[in-house]
This record gives sequence, structure tokens and C-alpha cells, in this order.
Amino acid sequence: MRLLVLLAALVAVATCTETFVGHQVLRVVPKSDEELQKVQELQDLEHLQLDFWLAPRGLGLPIDIRVPFRSLQQVKVHLESNGISYSIMIEDVQALLDEEQTQMLRSSRQLPLNTNTFNYETYHTLDEIHNFIDLLVAENPNLVSKLEIGRSTENRPLYVLKFSTGGTNRPAIWIDTGIHSREWVTQASGIWFAKKIVEDHANNEGVASILETMDILLEIVTNPDGFAFTHTTNRMWRKTRSKHSGSICVGVDPNRNWDAGFGDAGASGNPCTETYHGPYANSEPEVKSIVDFVKSHGNIKAFISIHSYSQLLLYPYGYTETPAPDQQELHELSAKAVNALSSLYGTKYKYGSIITTIYRASGSSVDWTYNQGIKYSFTFELRDTGRYGFLLPAKQIVPTAEETWLALKVIIEHARDNTY
Amino acid sequence: DIDGVGHKYCLELELEDVLDKDRTVSCTAEVLYPLGSKTSAPDVQVTVQGELRSTEEADQEFYNRIRSLEKELVAENIPDSHGNVPPELEPIHLLASVASGYVIWQNSTENTKFHLAQVKHVKQVKRSDEDLQFDFVVLLHEMVSQEVLPWELTLLWHPQRGARVSRD
Repeated sequence: MRLLVLLAALVAVATCTETFVGHQVLRVVPKSDEELQKVQELQDLEHLQLDFWLAPRGLGLPIDIRVPFRSLQQVKVHLESNGISYSIMIEDVQALLDEEQTQMLRSSRQLPLNTNTFNYETYHTLDEIHNFIDLLVAENPNLVSKLEIGRSTENRPLYVLKFSTGGTNRPAIWIDTGIHSREWVTQASGIWFAKKIVEDHANNEGVASILETMDILLEIVTNPDGFAFTHTTNRMWRKTRSKHSGSICVGVDPNRNWDAGFGDAGASGNPCTETYHGPYANSEPEVKSIVDFVKSHGNIKAFISIHSYSQLLLYPYGYTETPAPDQQELHELSAKAVNALSSLYGTKYKYGSIITTIYRASGSSVDWTYNQGIKYSFTFELRDTGRYGFLLPAKQIVPTAEETWLALKVIIEHARDNTY
Repeated sequence: DIDGVGHKYCLELELEDVLDKDRTVSCTAEVLYPLGSKTSAPDVQVTVQGELRSTEEADQEFYNRIRSLEKELVAENIPDSHGNVPPELEPIHLLASVASGYVIWQNSTENTKFHLAQVKHVKQVKRSDEDLQFDFVVLLHEMVSQEVLPWELTLLWHPQRGARVSRD
């Protein structure tokens, strides 16, 4: 219906500076040539600022007029004193626009127009996240670029956002979210982090100073096949969606597939289990693409993998009880980061090495990156501690992202200030 | 270590009221995990120091509401994918947690850590006696193996008589 198209156009305008508070849309159906003429007279009165949504065309055909608030009385008097009946189609145009905007942001799955109208307080589909990424890049071409570092088993692109103010191969911070697809608060937090980085840069606060000398690399949907599967079929899916010969079971645990203690205790050799390490290290393209990227980049100084749930901050190792050589520094840094996190909403975190704090796990990402020489290798387990688990209510997304960001900043700043 | 018997843990715990975060109660517990691969539940002795908040009024309200339903209650996916629980199903979610707690206790070892991941399905079964009966299919998440295991269980509940799991 034409009305809706025009409304949509008004929405676009409304997101700028114009307001339609108190405007009404009146409909007149002229029954005589005289009535038609009287309405046509209104068109010549420029000071009324009338906007004819349906112009006068002929007898019996509706005329729709958007009338600004201050012209309402005049127009209605003109019509009434000439005995022309009219109906009020829209009582307050602005109210309708506001309602529509709210609905578009909330329940509808229409794509937002920019990253300011994007809803950070809800979970999104893969398409919506890809759209967000493209919007963010388009809005900030001098800061953000989208890198495709590979393709998943089902041929989905693996996108990394690069935040950089220039230079050549500057030391970089790597953050990945969503490697385990059912941990939805992590991808949602990744989206929030991306926007936060851009905002900080624009306002010259927070990580703006970091970006003067370092790049930030962010992979929001590290396991897109699994993520799509959690939307279409099984919300509790964790692994990739690869099929390896010899089993009817699908998927490899991408955080047991790295080449650090690969296949040792702390992972499963059974393809039908959630911690299946895969047929060999880096068998999963989602993992291999990061490995190749990290190696060819050569200048990553901190590597942070984000998971949920349990509220933990972990550092290597998971595959062995041997303490990491930098254990003391990592432990102290963890304490600082956790302190910063808790300062916001009082959320309690524990911290320590993977094997002493959560469980033995072999083939995990941060054990490999640490052994590659990336000293500041950390794994986060975000909210909560089991009440909702993977099904964390959407209203906790932003608070979780906000508090986690404070911890990330502590780690990032430490990496910047302690070059190696 | 108790030779020939198992491993005993003495714990000091603080219980936090899930519905009222500022409310905590201290308690002490002794947990004895039996030796061997017998699948028997750990023995648990608990002493609660202090009082648990009374929920009599809310319990009775919920009981009356369910009893007066024309059709038996049926629901799925609590919480849903986005973590939402409709307010009127919140008590069902809590009862499922209680029921799951029993199952978790019966199936715990020193190497497991279970949480209720989701209520896949719940169906009320009308009874001729005064109890409410709910047949659940729940998903239990085990932390070490990361497995999500479906489990069928039946819970009987009454405001005064409390909760009992009748099939696990």
C-alpha cells in the first residue's frame, strides 16, 4: 500500500532531524467539482506546508494530505466551512513513526539501516551478523576492514574484522568469539566489542590510544556452520559440522583440534562425542585458517579466545600440569583483569591455568598460541555459572559484554606496555 | 580417603537464593563418594545453619492455579533459545531444576559437573490425589565431557509435602 511506502520514506527522514509531532493525515473524497476545487486551493497556500500523499485527481478519488501541526486548525476550518467532510487517517504521524521504528528494531527481522539502530540487546542470526559487519566497515572505512581468512566445511566465509589506524603489520591483539557455536553470549559480545572499538576511536577514549600503535583483530563467528546449525536445528550444538570418514557422527570440537598436546588426555577420540579432537591437528578449516593467519601475520602479541559459561579467566596449559614459564605474570595479570571485570556489576570470576581451574583439555587454541610465543594467551568463560548456562537471557548480553570489555582492556594495555 | 569405602569431603557452603541474590544461608555438608565403578549415588549429609525463606503463599497460589487449569499444562523449550522464560512458566522451570537436582545427585561422581541446560518438554498429568504431577524431558549439561544428555523424569509436588522424583 502506498501509505506504507511513504511511511517508510518518512522513517528514513525521521532518523535525521525532522520531526512530525502532531502532524495529521487527513483524507477528503470530493463529491463535487466545487469540493475538488476547494481542496485544490489548499495546494497553492505554500505557507501551510501541506504534503499531498494522494493528490487531487478526480471526483470520488481520495485526497490524502499530511498537515503540519500549526496548519491543522486553518485546514480544518477551510474544509468545514465549505461543508467538505474529511476523516483523520493518522492522528499523530510521529507516534506512528516511533512505533514502527521500535517494532523494526525489536521483533522484525528486517535489516537495520546502520550500526546505531542495530539491536545489541538481542541474539542475531548469521545473516544479521554479516550485515552488521558490512555496515560497520562501510561506516568506518578508515578504521575497519573485513578479512576473509578461509572457508568453513560447509563453505561459509570466515571473517575477521581488522581495526587499524595504519602502519604496516603492527603488533596486534587477536580476539575470537563463537568457536563453540552454542555459546551465544560470546558472538553477541563480539558484536558489541566491534562497535565499542569504533566508538572509542571516534571519541578518542578507551582503546583509541591502543590503536595508535597496535591493531585489533576480531573474529566474531569463528564457527559459522555450527552457529547456523544452532539456529536451524539444535540450539545445543558445539562442534564444527565436518564429516570424517568412518563415522556417521558429525563434527569436531574446534577447541581440541589445535596442535598442542593433540590427541592427549583431555580430548576424545570418539567422533560421536562433544570433545572429539578430530582425525589430526588442524583438520578443521575453521582452525587451520586461524593457524595460517597467525603464522603469516607473525606479530600477534595477545590471543584471547572467548567461551561461555562458568565465569573464569584461564591461561595455559590445559594439556599438561607443567606450569607455563610465564605463569606468575599471567596469574597476576588475570587477577587485575578479573578485578576490573567485577568492578562493574559485581560478577565473580575465578582464574588460573586451564588444567587447575576447569579441567584437563588438550589441543586447545591458547595452548598452541602460547607455544608459538604469544605470551598473553587467555581463554574467557563468560556468564553465567549454570542457572541459564548456554541459554543466557538476552538482557544479559550488554552487561556481560561491558564487564568483559574492562578485563580485555587490562590485558590489551598490558600487552602494549610490555613489549616482547 | 576412607580405605575400602571411598572419598569423603567436608564442605562449608554458602547457599544463595536464586530469586533473591542478597539472601544467603550458610551450611555444612559431608559428601561420601563410594569407591569402585558401582553406579551408586554419593552419600550426602547437610546441615543448614539459618532459615530458608518461606514461600508458602506463592506455593499455594501456584498450586491453585495449576489445579484450576481446564487443560493439562504442556510446554516446551524452557528457557527458549534466547534465554526467555514466560513469567507463568517460571515456577515450572524452578521445579524442573529441583527435579534435575535429584537426578544430578544420583548420577554424580568426583569427575562430573552437571547443570540443567533446558527443559525440552513438560507435560502435566492430572492425578486423583492432591499432588501435582509433571512429566519432564530435561537436557542436562555435563561440564567435563561437555555432553548434553536428555533425561526423562517425573516430579510429584505438593505445597506442604514438597517435591519427589518418582521416575528417573
